Amino acid sequence: METRKRMKLGMSDRVILGVGYTLLGLFVLVIFVPLVYVVMASFMDPNVLNNQGISFRFQDWTLDAYRRVLENEMIWRGFGNSLFYSVAFAFISVLVTLLAAYPMSKKEFVGRNFFNVIFIITMFFGGGLIPTFILINNLHLVNTVWAILLPGSFNVWNMILARTYYQSIPGELREASELDGASEVQHFFKIMLPVCKPIIAVLALWSFVGMWNSYFDAMIYLNDANLQPLQLVLRSILVQNTPQPGMIADIQSTAEMSKVAELLKYATIVVSSLPLLIMYPFFQKYFDSGIMAGSIKG
Amino acid sequence: MKAFQGKGTAAAKRSPAEKWKYVKRHWQLYVIFLLPGLLLTLIFKYGPMGGVLIAFEDYNVIEGILGSPWVGLEYFRRFLSSPDFADYLLNTLKLSVYGLLWGFPIPILLALLLNRIRRTGVKKNIQLLIYAPNFISVIVLCGMVRMFLSPVGPLNSLLGINTNWMTMPEAFRTIYIASGIWQTAGWSSIMYTAALSNASKDLEEAAIVDGANILQQIWYVELPAIKNIIVIQFILQAGNIMSIGFEKAYALQTDMNLPASEILSTYVYKIGLLNGDYGYSTAVGLFNSVINVILLIFVNQVVKKLNDGQGL
Repeated sequence: METRKRMKLGMSDRVILGVGYTLLGLFVLVIFVPLVYVVMASFMDPNVLNNQGISFRFQDWTLDAYRRVLENEMIWRGFGNSLFYSVAFAFISVLVTLLAAYPMSKKEFVGRNFFNVIFIITMFFGGGLIPTFILINNLHLVNTVWAILLPGSFNVWNMILARTYYQSIPGELREASELDGASEVQHFFKIMLPVCKPIIAVLALWSFVGMWNSYFDAMIYLNDANLQPLQLVLRSILVQNTPQPGMIADIQSTAEMSKVAELLKYATIVVSSLPLLIMYPFFQKYFDSGIMAGSIKG
Repeated sequence: MKAFQGKGTAAAKRSPAEKWKYVKRHWQLYVIFLLPGLLLTLIFKYGPMGGVLIAFEDYNVIEGILGSPWVGLEYFRRFLSSPDFADYLLNTLKLSVYGLLWGFPIPILLALLLNRIRRTGVKKNIQLLIYAPNFISVIVLCGMVRMFLSPVGPLNSLLGINTNWMTMPEAFRTIYIASGIWQTAGWSSIMYTAALSNASKDLEEAAIVDGANILQQIWYVELPAIKNIIVIQFILQAGNIMSIGFEKAYALQTDMNLPASEILSTYVYKIGLLNGDYGYSTAVGLFNSVINVILLIFVNQVVKKLNDGQGL
């Protein structure tokens, strides 16, 4: 079958396929090269990196940058904070969203249209930056973790995705469990959740990644350096060009310092991005089903 | 658009007594399931909405939102008549419109190309790789961009020059949009890839038997299979052109590229939280959201037209 198809390819088809695969290959290269460059640069000797860029001679490689980054307390604290915020946020967000989506998925739910309007309006219009800031301030949430965990945790769009997913599950399941005397809560936790694994995995991943990678809320609500997530530590190193003082304190000359600081950026990027890049392939099997569940049918 | 349907349910036809009976019998649905999300919405989404009044008053913390003196449309007049207004509005629009025009077709093209790869192992590995940048944070992406484009960075040494790209206003949009495509094009192709793999294989077989070449297969079989998703994705993204994100623009800003990189959301942040001009900042933000709402309502009407009367 496979060979017969291949034999049927005409001249023009072969040209089109050739062009297509070349384009795809180029795209893959464009994605791949910067990533590999960052990883390789992070192992370079600062002088070699500064003078000639990356080198393939192994005597030019060093783990010095990693030692400096990993010995830095702020990086570790940022990691710890980010991990806590992301796990807590994913948990709260997924739980609240899944719970609210459940009654909203029932056609006979009294008040469904009313609540739907209340939720949908927030997708179109919001108070904006300053009114939100004043509210958070008045609630005394500034400089507490709640300022970044609570406001965004109920996500209407995710609620709609979950609701659509629930609706694809046969209603007979609830009829059966009702006959067995199960309450809605028992039914939800014992029967619905296990069936909804793909959408739960996708929503949890999105919430986790969203919190892990964001910096705006933390920038405006968390002034306490001990509460700052990794992205704010990274921002000062990568964007504002100020390495953590402890990282290069032992270096004497200013010229040397700036070279090492540049090198540290590469190692910092690798260290901070690795956890997510290792994690997401484990979720890949859920991507298609989770995303299709939420895709809008035309 | 089934995901959003809300009208014509059974609940509408019942008498008040029947409805009350339903609520009493299913109290768990309200108290345990709905309430947490509803409370969060009321507090954190509706709470700030009253605060937009600040846009019309000389707000001070002691008097509060209701006690501060009114200034009417003063801030709007000031903003609309300032020379900055046109610049920031145009910067915002150009960044998102060009971003949409350049960024939108690439995921579709990627999906069509991936769909041609018959060996699932190869396809899976390519997908895994091109999804990866999506999981890199905005800060790290902007840090990489800044390093690659710095005067002593790899791009300049490759070209044998030492241009400081980050200080050039004319380079900002290209940098922003190209790095955006690098980061999200692969991930955005998922939806099309999934739809294509669900498309009828029979039709494709029939087309091949009929002697259709690859372009004809794409035109008559594959594109029709993803047409609806393309239309809806385009409309949804077009509806969001005024709500372009703060984080990336702010992280790519330098003092020198501000003429191109200052957009409404970064301006609102600076005048509001950095300069403490609450009223003016809220007014500019409100201006932005009102245009956004008008745009979304318009978009929703278009979706309804294309979608048998079902809107958002």
